[in-house]
Amino acid sequence: MRIPLSLAALVAGVTVFALAGCAETAEPKQSSSASAEAVADGAFTLYSGRDEALIQPLIDKFEKDSGISVDVRYGKTAELGALLLEEGEATPAQVFLAQDAGALGALANAGLFATLPKETTTAVPAGFTSTDDAWVGVTGRARVIAYDSKALTATEVPSSVDAFTDASWAGKFGIAPSNASFQAFVTAYRVLNGEAAADDWVSAIAANDPVIFDNNRGVLAGVNDGVIEAGLINHYYWFAQAAETGEANMRAQLYYPEAGDAGSIVNVTGAGLLAGAAGDADALEFINYLVGKDAQQYFVDETYEYPLIAGIEAPAGLPALDSLVNSKLDLADLDTLADTQDLLAKHGLI
Amino acid sequence: MTALIVPPPTADAAATRKAQGRYRFGAPPWLLVLAALAAATAAIPLVYLVVRTGEAGLEELLATLGRPRVLSLTVNTVVLAAAVTLSCLVLGTICAWILTRIRFSFQRTLLLASALPLAVPSYLAAYGWLVWFPSLNGFWASWFVMTAVCAPYVTLPVAAALRGASADLESVARTLGRGPLRAFAAATWPQIRPAAIAGALLVCLYTLSDFGLVAMLRFQTLTWGINAAYGASFDRNQAALLALVLVVLALVVVAGERRSRRQVDRVPGRSTMPARAPGRAGGVYLTMLLVAPLGGVIVPVFGLLSRLLEAETLRAMDVPRLIGAVGTTLALALAAAVVAVLVALPIAALAARYSGRFVVVIEAIGFLGHALPGIVVGLSLVFFALAAVPMFYQTSVVLVFAYVVLFMPRAIGSMRSGIAAVPSSLSDVARTLGLSPVQTWWRVTARLALPGIAIGALLVAISAMKELPATLLLRPTGVSTLATELWSRTALFEFGAAAPYAAALVLVAMVPAALLSGIRGTKKEL
Repeated sequence: MRIPLSLAALVAGVTVFALAGCAETAEPKQSSSASAEAVADGAFTLYSGRDEALIQPLIDKFEKDSGISVDVRYGKTAELGALLLEEGEATPAQVFLAQDAGALGALANAGLFATLPKETTTAVPAGFTSTDDAWVGVTGRARVIAYDSKALTATEVPSSVDAFTDASWAGKFGIAPSNASFQAFVTAYRVLNGEAAADDWVSAIAANDPVIFDNNRGVLAGVNDGVIEAGLINHYYWFAQAAETGEANMRAQLYYPEAGDAGSIVNVTGAGLLAGAAGDADALEFINYLVGKDAQQYFVDETYEYPLIAGIEAPAGLPALDSLVNSKLDLADLDTLADTQDLLAKHGLI
Repeated sequence: MTALIVPPPTADAAATRKAQGRYRFGAPPWLLVLAALAAATAAIPLVYLVVRTGEAGLEELLATLGRPRVLSLTVNTVVLAAAVTLSCLVLGTICAWILTRIRFSFQRTLLLASALPLAVPSYLAAYGWLVWFPSLNGFWASWFVMTAVCAPYVTLPVAAALRGASADLESVARTLGRGPLRAFAAATWPQIRPAAIAGALLVCLYTLSDFGLVAMLRFQTLTWGINAAYGASFDRNQAALLALVLVVLALVVVAGERRSRRQVDRVPGRSTMPARAPGRAGGVYLTMLLVAPLGGVIVPVFGLLSRLLEAETLRAMDVPRLIGAVGTTLALALAAAVVAVLVALPIAALAARYSGRFVVVIEAIGFLGHALPGIVVGLSLVFFALAAVPMFYQTSVVLVFAYVVLFMPRAIGSMRSGIAAVPSSLSDVARTLGLSPVQTWWRVTARLALPGIAIGALLVAISAMKELPATLLLRPTGVSTLATELWSRTALFEFGAAAPYAAALVLVAMVPAALLSGIRGTKKEL
């Protein structure tokens, strides 16, 4: 195939021009959002660690109700968290919506969040939100055991995570140790049962040939495909999969560990206001909207997650929120998180 | 007559040595400066990693490196990279031999099929295989799928080299009594070895940097550790440390490739081996040729399709959105290809004609970006853009730049071979006839090296279309490519909605792959 040199040069030139054009048109927007700072100008930028398919309808509703326009950047919570840490004060974002509290805690620790007003943070009960008003919890997700309904009946499923240390479970259960919600659960185990018991549990689990996955979704897929008989995930993933493939087709079923067991803690999703947006009324209005009745009901209907404010009913079939343990935990306590990671690393899980 | 695309001609070994002798640093200063600037862009992630690691402090450094898990991750990474490189080298060379020496009636289709695995992102291939065999996991699964996906990086250049390699010595070796395999090894292999090794280098670096495939197939490598460091502990310093280990591994590999790329004496004689009919072994040949396309394309694509049919909620396709994503993907890929070629050109020109310490270092730095996972390169460019050019942050300029840093090595290799294949005697003649250096370069060297340059550009374009993690970090807010759209849907099990994007991605990437398979060698004569 012969390519005339002149044609190649022409293509190159046109492309470089087009690129320069893109950069120029993007420029004015960039500088305007950077200088917007703490002014309520009817627009703000949101970094969302939650999926577009889920959040965009809610944002569209918010835009219609409030008249504020929202620029959303979607990504994984972990990567957006790393991005925000990297951007520091130069970030173009005003609000961060995260899928787990660890990311929020990391950013709060780095001093990147502005303190939220009391009216916002008190809408959510203690134990499901930050202890220092740096961020506010939005919805709750229960840790559950997903089990293969073809291999186990509901009564055969262990009622506590301690059962997985038994030799009969060797090679048959799955965990995602690098996942934030698993680490939050191990932190809960340490707080509730003590360091020594936690160390014993982690070392027994690591020695029991666990099947390691990268994330909760992988664990659920493993159970659904019969690769493992049980796995530890967040309840929300089961409902998301069931919505796509049909509940009747779900080979995996959920078991909620008994209240009081560390395996039954609730992780929260949450939102925070970034430091540079401290006076931005638009951004604050969005955060208040997230902990308002409309948005909370939306989450209940669309994702089967627990609402965190009073007056909204939890989805049918889920155990009551207050029966699950959370009051002794600060989910975003990073020092404890670092200790949990050391524990997992000590036994070779991460 | 088609000519060589890869092996550098001997006639120029003497000229090269003479040229080197003229310059203090082994090459003309202006070219060194240009190439150094180009390499500096590839060094941005390295600078970022050193800064982050420096923040960590010695104690944390040693503590992290001493973890038994880091050692096991490193061992896994090394073993997988070595195994995949070896198998790609063997499979690629065999397939290239079959493609050039055996005459099938549907030759063009077979060539196209060999290039097809380039169009499928590694994470998609892994996902497609998991649909059929959910318990597929671990080293062997990763090795197999990665080999299928990476084989074209060796097959295509070796096929091009074989097409132009002289067969005279091999015929002579046969008449003197050597068997076909020994004759090939003695006579033809030295001619095609640079192409094969260059392709193998790309395969090795790609395997080092890949995360999507090993994550799905649950084989824990260093990239897994890096991802865990970012995702769970938000410890960028620890992640940087692990990424530096990857860089060290990459440097070792690049140095190894450089050492094995000895200059090959030009073989006298211009005849090429005639292709012969398949005969009884036709079935065996076909099976070998189809391993990579089957493993890398057919099985995964059918897996995706079957998931699509299972999905109860086949969402109505948002056609304008799909078309928008296709347009964005194409535009970004084209821009990345053009800029990558421009940036890689000085490095390739330098490495083709000159050697010496500086040249080696510059070339090695150019290859580093390829060994790092996309998230590291993405974050390093966030750091760099905010520090140096904040007005370009979150615009397509930085994103294209990220693609250039990531995929420049793919351009360097083939461009270097293309330029090296042009005898400098031709440019000398042009100078004596009165053309200025720039004119000579434009009308002689660049024109003859154009196929090599085109191959480099197409490889960069394909890679940019499939890229995901750096795109997610650096894209302008609200802009999405086919890969990001696919990701945002599969994250929530929405296979029905994801399938059109997966199909579009593979189809769009097939276009440059098809073009790649159609490029023939350089013409030696104008």
